[in-house]
Amino acid sequence: MAAITLRVNGKTHQVDVEPSTPLLYVLRNDLDLSGPRFGCGLGQCGACTVLIKGEAVRSCVRPVSQVQGAEITTLEGLAQDGKLHPLQQAWIDEQVPACGFCQNGQILTAKAMLDKTPHPTDAQIREGMKNTLCRCMTYYRINAAIKRASKVTA
Amino acid sequence: MSTRRDFLKASGFLIVSGAVLSISPEELLAQASGPYPDPDFLQLDSWIVIRADNTATFFVGKTDLGQGTGTAFRQMMADEIDMAYDQTSCVMGTTNTTVDQGGSGGSDAIQTDGWPMRRVAAEARRVLLEMGASYFGVPVSTLAVKDGVISTKTGDTADRSITYGELIGGKKFNVVLTGRNVDAATGTARVKAVQDLKIVGTSPRRYDIPPKVDGSLKWAVDVKLPGMVHARNVKPPVAGATLIGIDEASVKDIPGFIKVVSKGNYLAVVCEREENAIRAARQLKVNWKKPDVAPFPASTDLFKYMRSTTPSSSGKPVINGDPDAAFAKAATIVEAEYDVPFQGHTAIGPAHALADPSNGQMTIYTNDMKSYGMRNGVAEFLKMPRDRVRVVWMDGPQGYGRTAADDAGFEAAYLAREIGRPVRVQWMRNEETAWDTKGPAYAFKMRGGLDAAGNLIALHYDACAADHNHLGYNEHDTVLISQLMGVRKSPPSPGRASLPSDMYAIPNRLQTTRVVPLPMPFETPLRTGNLRDPDGPQVTFAAECFIDELAVAAKADPVEFRMRMLQGAKDDDSGFKRARSIACLKAAAEKFGWDSRPSPKPKSTGDIVTGRGVAYAFRSQTVVAEIAEVEVNRKTGRIWIKRIVCAHDCGLVINPEALTRTIENGLLHSISRALYEEVTFDTEKVTSVDWITHPTLRHDDVPESIEVVLVNGDPNPKRPDLPHYGAGETMLKATMAVVANAVFDATGVRLRRVPLKVT
Repeated sequence: MAAITLRVNGKTHQVDVEPSTPLLYVLRNDLDLSGPRFGCGLGQCGACTVLIKGEAVRSCVRPVSQVQGAEITTLEGLAQDGKLHPLQQAWIDEQVPACGFCQNGQILTAKAMLDKTPHPTDAQIREGMKNTLCRCMTYYRINAAIKRASKVTA
Repeated sequence: MSTRRDFLKASGFLIVSGAVLSISPEELLAQASGPYPDPDFLQLDSWIVIRADNTATFFVGKTDLGQGTGTAFRQMMADEIDMAYDQTSCVMGTTNTTVDQGGSGGSDAIQTDGWPMRRVAAEARRVLLEMGASYFGVPVSTLAVKDGVISTKTGDTADRSITYGELIGGKKFNVVLTGRNVDAATGTARVKAVQDLKIVGTSPRRYDIPPKVDGSLKWAVDVKLPGMVHARNVKPPVAGATLIGIDEASVKDIPGFIKVVSKGNYLAVVCEREENAIRAARQLKVNWKKPDVAPFPASTDLFKYMRSTTPSSSGKPVINGDPDAAFAKAATIVEAEYDVPFQGHTAIGPAHALADPSNGQMTIYTNDMKSYGMRNGVAEFLKMPRDRVRVVWMDGPQGYGRTAADDAGFEAAYLAREIGRPVRVQWMRNEETAWDTKGPAYAFKMRGGLDAAGNLIALHYDACAADHNHLGYNEHDTVLISQLMGVRKSPPSPGRASLPSDMYAIPNRLQTTRVVPLPMPFETPLRTGNLRDPDGPQVTFAAECFIDELAVAAKADPVEFRMRMLQGAKDDDSGFKRARSIACLKAAAEKFGWDSRPSPKPKSTGDIVTGRGVAYAFRSQTVVAEIAEVEVNRKTGRIWIKRIVCAHDCGLVINPEALTRTIENGLLHSISRALYEEVTFDTEKVTSVDWITHPTLRHDDVPESIEVVLVNGDPNPKRPDLPHYGAGETMLKATMAVVANAVFDATGVRLRRVPLKVT
């Protein structure tokens, strides 16, 4: 066990865990953040996605020791001053989620993509989102919601 | 009803408007206050609570798999009670607070369970109006009601009003309903005519979506209880392996290690922290003995095996007309075999549950769609009185059907009793993909006879399903933990091979079905159970692809070929399925802009070829007709469904937007099954264990356009009693076939094996 310092959603936390512990379990079990979810534990599906330095990162395979001090954002940290992020609003406007379990990864993967490419083409959306899986198959509306949000974000 | 009232008071955990708050101290204390008897479905108070602030909460015995059924229940009940949608909330699926309507399954929530919901809400309105009448001292007929406000309606400025909340807020109705079962529950009030419904037919946004998008929703995976520990299963490395020995010392060094639990071939490890339980499950040294006989053939040999194996049961042949004589005089005979492999639910999140054994009771937090069945099954499994077991339903990753969520609930309960602390168990990805229940594999043989004019005069449908020992829901003697502990349900469920659903007039028809067993029926990862529309996609793949083959042989346009057989008879059922089948096929063709010609399309050059196909089916009373346009890359073999049209008739539509989303997603689910999904295995274990070995549809496969046409093909479309039929599964039925038919049109190659591969 070791003392690890994490910056999550603008707050600093100290946890005492094995340094090899995947970030996901610390976020969920120690910091009570339930946005990131366990889907595969293999980095294949994206349900556990968090943002670190603007990149969509799969927290289920990222040892907590590697992200010490980095600014981590989870789904809970996306809204600013009580206002939903345009992607979250677009997700509501398009009524995207079905069961919703994967949507954390969908929204945060789209966020990282739009931050780099504010107005992606359809092909860029398909490419950028293809490794984030949804078994309710809400992809059609995810695609529409990303396009809707990209019109809002300047 | 005191337990539910207590629960209301301890509303920190109520699922109201989709927001599941944290578990309050009162809620935890409430566990001591058991037992947990069933709410009485014959008490109006079990269904509806109205508060002083003129809001209402509806308590229903269903669960929402992410299709907006909770929103639909609120719409139906708000409409009948005459309150605004926003004045209402809905609580679902927790065994001691909501009446047992069986949870979800069979797409019956709207079709069947919606009726008692509407009737009890209508009854509440009747009772409230009577209370208003006596309050004002006027006859009921002189009162009007809107948004939960009753007013005298003389048009006078002296008109008075009172709210439902003022009349009954915080008090009970104390009204007894009648009905021999929950589906029949009714008061004396009648439901409204369709024309008088104001909220039904509109699309209020789903209340569960905002908390799913902002991260505030607490799911079954998120529940935390004081003293909770984490468990992981250790599955047999090969099917049918016997547990010989465990070296517990191999995990003693793991921090927070608590216990290895085993009985028979069931094995799990329990640790204080989740990541350590995962590590312990991997690190534990276990001695397993392989079975003497291979538990199943390899998936590459499956269909050969199925076609050559003695059936465990056979269906009674269904014969219409004289098929033998008709085949004898047919001008053209067409024959084909079709194969559909085992497919899995493979939910995005693996099975999980948390069980709390406090106070000699057992509370299970789960996303299992049949919470009531789990309550009954766990009580039987643990030999506890039923009212000492409570199942709390919460949102979760959905798999639609008999998923491993059932198994995980029983495992958590067993482990919690063994450990004496709340235990959370979660399957790992490889366990989930390998060991979750499977939709049965099917091998078909089809034979059709056309007369000289190209009319289908004889059809033989022969279906063989690998479905022996088909699992029911939450059965104490078939859940995986029971099987691994040596329990053998006797006799095992025979399973079934199903018949196609169509309204075609085919004068001579023979339908034969049988089920074949695999060598090892128990403790197998190839356990079959209901997978969304359990046999529909398989059966319709064979049936509707073969109709297409017959249309090709008849040199007929595939829409016209079908239409001729739909219009070829006059008889219909009371739900007018034939009329609605015709309406859907017409609507789909019109929306698509169908041009009449036989398939395949004339050959074109270039790597990318396009084509279109049609397929049609119904499930219960809901009808779909689908048309797809595909692009096939002959060089890479990639099949892309560029456009898909689905004409869908489920009678009265409650929420068009939520229904449209559900249809869109269901179409894609079935396209995923058509193109990618197959359970693969060698002779001792499943080898499709993650998202690489078990591919799924991805974002880059999304069609350019999905067009849903909501059809009301009832012969009397404006009838005031237009029923609302189920809509969660029908769209899956025709989709595998529509893809294969479009690929044939594009390429001239008939694909008869799922997943469809162009080589």
